[in-house]
Parts: sequence; structure tokens; C-alpha cells
Amino acid sequence: MGYFGGFRITLGQMFAKRVTTPYPDIKAPKAERTHGRHVLNRYEDGMEKCIGCELCAGVCPARCIYVRGADNPRDQPVSPGERYGFVYEINYLRCIHCDLCVEACPTEAITESKLFEFSFTNRADAIYTKAELVVDDDGRPQQMPWEDWRPGDDRFTSGWMRATAPSGSADREGEAAWSGELGCGVRAPEPAQPERDGR
Amino acid sequence: MGDPLFADGIDATVVLIVVAKVVVAFTILLVGVILMIWFERKVIADMQNRIGPNRAGKWGLLQTVADGIKLIFKEDIRPDRSDPLVYRLAPYLAAVPPFLVFCVVPIGGVFGGGQDGTVELFGRTTYLQVADPPVGVLFILAMSSIAVYGVMLAGWSSGSKYPLLGSVRASAQMVSYEAALGLSLAAVVLITGALSTHAVVADQSGPASWSLTHVSSWLTSWNVLRTGVVPFVIFCIAATAELNRPPFDLVEAEQELVGGFNTEYSSMRFGMFYLAEFMSTIAMSAVIVTLFLGGPAGPIPFGPGVLWSIFWFTAKVVVLLFTFVWLRATLPRFRYDQLMDLGWKALIPLALGWLLVLAGLRLGRNEWSTFEFVLAAAGGATVLCAAWWAIGAAGRVARANRADQEVDV
Repeated sequence: MGYFGGFRITLGQMFAKRVTTPYPDIKAPKAERTHGRHVLNRYEDGMEKCIGCELCAGVCPARCIYVRGADNPRDQPVSPGERYGFVYEINYLRCIHCDLCVEACPTEAITESKLFEFSFTNRADAIYTKAELVVDDDGRPQQMPWEDWRPGDDRFTSGWMRATAPSGSADREGEAAWSGELGCGVRAPEPAQPERDGR
Repeated sequence: MGDPLFADGIDATVVLIVVAKVVVAFTILLVGVILMIWFERKVIADMQNRIGPNRAGKWGLLQTVADGIKLIFKEDIRPDRSDPLVYRLAPYLAAVPPFLVFCVVPIGGVFGGGQDGTVELFGRTTYLQVADPPVGVLFILAMSSIAVYGVMLAGWSSGSKYPLLGSVRASAQMVSYEAALGLSLAAVVLITGALSTHAVVADQSGPASWSLTHVSSWLTSWNVLRTGVVPFVIFCIAATAELNRPPFDLVEAEQELVGGFNTEYSSMRFGMFYLAEFMSTIAMSAVIVTLFLGGPAGPIPFGPGVLWSIFWFTAKVVVLLFTFVWLRATLPRFRYDQLMDLGWKALIPLALGWLLVLAGLRLGRNEWSTFEFVLAAAGGATVLCAAWWAIGAAGRVARANRADQEVDV
């Protein structure tokens, strides 16, 4: 049989289960920590989390983030504290979705949603500004016409916060200190690593 | 002999019928190519647990049309160092021969039981094939050789190294397998006693009329069994090599030669090669069906026999096409020396030997007494053993010589 075994295998595979999905109609489920299009989060009281520190821009390996900070107006502050992100732009023609900006952010202001299917057709659409990035009043990402949002993509947009241990301490791994978030409130900490691994 | 259409001279109706047959044959082949490309992609996707083309039309049926439209509108590039005339000629040299081959294949008609495969068209009696030259089988061989020129000249005229390598491989491969192809085909000609494709099909129709009670007489009247299966197998292998289909697709080995002979081609000139490849596959399947599998022969349970004959012909061709795709999905590409070994050391001697055995058997059955037959068989067996030993000895000597010449590096 040895010589013809290969023919039997290929014929048998015709009736085996397909490993691919008919993509645009049915999509494979996205992982909880999928790296997608960014959002700029707000606190529960509606204040923006971004403080305009430019750490994200500094750490970005693709140099796709442009930030300018400014002093908060005294009578109508945009963020709690001294400064806020006056200009915030991400060029998605350059972004590689490495999530280093998310790790660098000290206030968890920038996180990534699970959306990766956005087919803009001109350069202006490719550069997202604060007008597109900041979450709406429900804490959900804004949805642009050229973006293909599916149910669930906009939930827990800050699902993945830190690859490294929180506060830089390895013992505190898994005890993510979530800050209050518009639309979500304060989330329960993730279980510790051994527990997540099922040990 | 020959198409009865021309028996009463040629008038306007005859010319119109011939033109109509040419147009219909061309349409069948083109639509066949469109469906075949889709079929191949779908089947191979199935065998690889994928879905395959599914966006254009129902089940992706229009995918080939979409690809064709795209190819037509792409920029046509001719390299500076290419030969202008030959570069433009080559795609046509590749695309026309398969069509000509398909023209001599009878695609329908009831044979056997007193019927000789003729149909009535516009009050004229004719065959369901575009042409029935008396040298049909030779014509098929000639055309499949000319198709090689398309590949060779395309590679040579591109003025580029990878296409050139591809075309050099093509010429060597074609020369090697042409011999096996011709020798296995000679077995069919020997059994039939005629070169016309129509005669080959009529000869396979068998003595009895087609009905479900004559299963054994159907199959034994087909050349695949009458020639003893071996020529059929050799012909199929050699045909796969002639078509440059996997596992014999060294000509366009992507991993080694970029795209092979058609690397420098773009737009519809590339489309022509693509078309030609699949046209050849369909035409060659039709030829195999005609020569070995009884052509349009098959049971006719009810209704008009002509439609059933076309159905059986199509069914046999589809089975063969599926086999070609199956081969592609299963077998890895041959190495160059394996290709040459198989062609020269296995297929050609086997085809030649089988042809001699068939000729001997035929002669023995018709003209010899039993004693002479046994004597000839013993003589043949002795010669075979001697030849086997001689080939083995030659191989050993060659290996020993190579071992002597080997240089330590």
C-alpha cells in the first residue's frame, strides 16, 4: 500500500473538516488580547486619561504617534492633573500594532481595541486624530465608516494592559491594577499567572 | 472512410456545418478551461482542507472569468532583451495545438450495434468531431510536439536566464517522454489497425449493443484492456509529463525557476500560456478517453443515444481531469535525474517491450501453430533475460567507472 497511501490520504482529506473559514462572511473568533486599532480612554467622570507626556510617542518603534501636551485650562480641565494631550495623532500607515505605546502609558490612557479591519482609501483617513481616537460618552470606541466592527469588538478595549509585571515588580504579576474606566468602571483584577495557565 | 459529410461534394451547407462545428468545439474547450481551472482550484482546496475560491459567483464559479478580465487589463510588458517576433509568437504556438488536438476527438455519437457514430445535422450526415483525418493519431502526436515549441521559444526569446533554464528542461523532458507516448500509442494503433480517431473509437464499440447485461463486453472491448493496461498506464504518465503537470512540472518549478518559461510574460500573453496549459490538459484527457476508454461509449438506458454518448464522454474526461488534480495534490515534484531515469530506463523499454509482446501475440494467434508459439515465447523469454542481464551489467560497469573517476573533495 505504501506507494499509494498518499493518494488515499489526499482523497480522504476531501471529506475532512475545513481549517479555514469563509472569511468576510464568517470570522474566526478574536483572541482576548488581539492588537487592533487604538482608543484613548476616559475616566468614569468623563475626563481624558491622557496627560500629554509623549512617552508613547517616544517608545514607538514605527514613529507613528505624534503628541503635543498642553496645560489644562483652569476653568474647564480636559484631564485630571496639570496637563492633557492637546494634539494626539496616530498614523496607521506606519503603525505595526506592537502595543509598546500601551505598555509605556503611565495612565492607561491608550489601549488597543480588537479591530484590525479598517480599509481607509486616503491618507487623511489613515491618520487618526483625537477626534477619532477618544472613546465616546459610553466608553465605547467610535466607529468610522471604513471600519468593519463586529459585535464584541468594542468591548473591553483595554483588555490587555501590561505584558510586564505591574509596577515593574515580578511578584505582582497578574494583579493588574485597573484604573476606573468610562463604560466599564473598575474591573476586577485578572487572576494570577499560574491560575490563568490552569495550574 | 472519412467524414460522410464530404461524400457528396462541398457546398454552402457543408461549409456552414464545418464552421459551426469549429465554433462549438472552440467554445466547449474555452468553457471547459474556465470550469477546469475552477474545478482544479476547488478540488485541490478540498484536499488541503481549505475552501478555495468562493467570492466570484456561486461557489466561486466566475473566479476564472474575473482573473481573465484582470489579466486582459494588466500592462503588457516585453523585456528589452527579448526577441520581438518570437516573443509574441510563442503564446499562440502554445495555445493553438491543444485546440487542434481537441478537433480530431469524437465527442459523441453512438457506436456499435450497426451504428457508426454519425448524426444528422441540417439534413446532412456527419461525425461529432470537427475533423477526422486518416492520420488522426499521428496528428495528435505531432500537435503535442508542436506545443513544446511554444514553451521552448517562450523561454528562449525572453532573453532571461530562468525562462531559458525552464525551456531547456522542457525540451529535454518532452523528447524523453515523447518516445514513451508514441510507443504506448503504437500499441493502440497495432490493435486497431487504423490511425483515424474515429476508427479507433468505432473499433472499441464491441460486438453487442449497449445494455446493462453486457458489462463484460463493454470493458473488454475498450483498448485499456485489449492492450493489456500497461500502455494505458504508460500513456497516462507520459501524457502528464507532456502536459508539464505535477509531478512533472520541472519546467515551471516555482521554487527553482521563479515561474519557469513564462516568467517574463505578463498580461494576456501570460494568460495565453495559462489557457494553453489547461486546454492541453482537457485535450489530452479527451485523447486518453478516445484511445483507451472507448470514447463516447457507454450504456444508453433510455432516450436519445447521442446525448448519452456526449454525457459518457464528458464523464470520462472529468474523471481523468480529477485524476490529474489528484496527482498534483499528492505527489511531490520529480528531481531532474529521477525524471530522466523514469523516462529512459523504465517507460521507454517497457513500452517498447510491451509493443513487441503485443505484436508477437497478434502474429502468433493469427498465423502460428501452438508449437511455433511456444518456441517463440521461449525465445522471447531468453532474449528478455539476456537483455535484462546486459542492462544490469552495463549499469554495474558504468557505476564502477564513475567510482574510479570520483575525486575526493
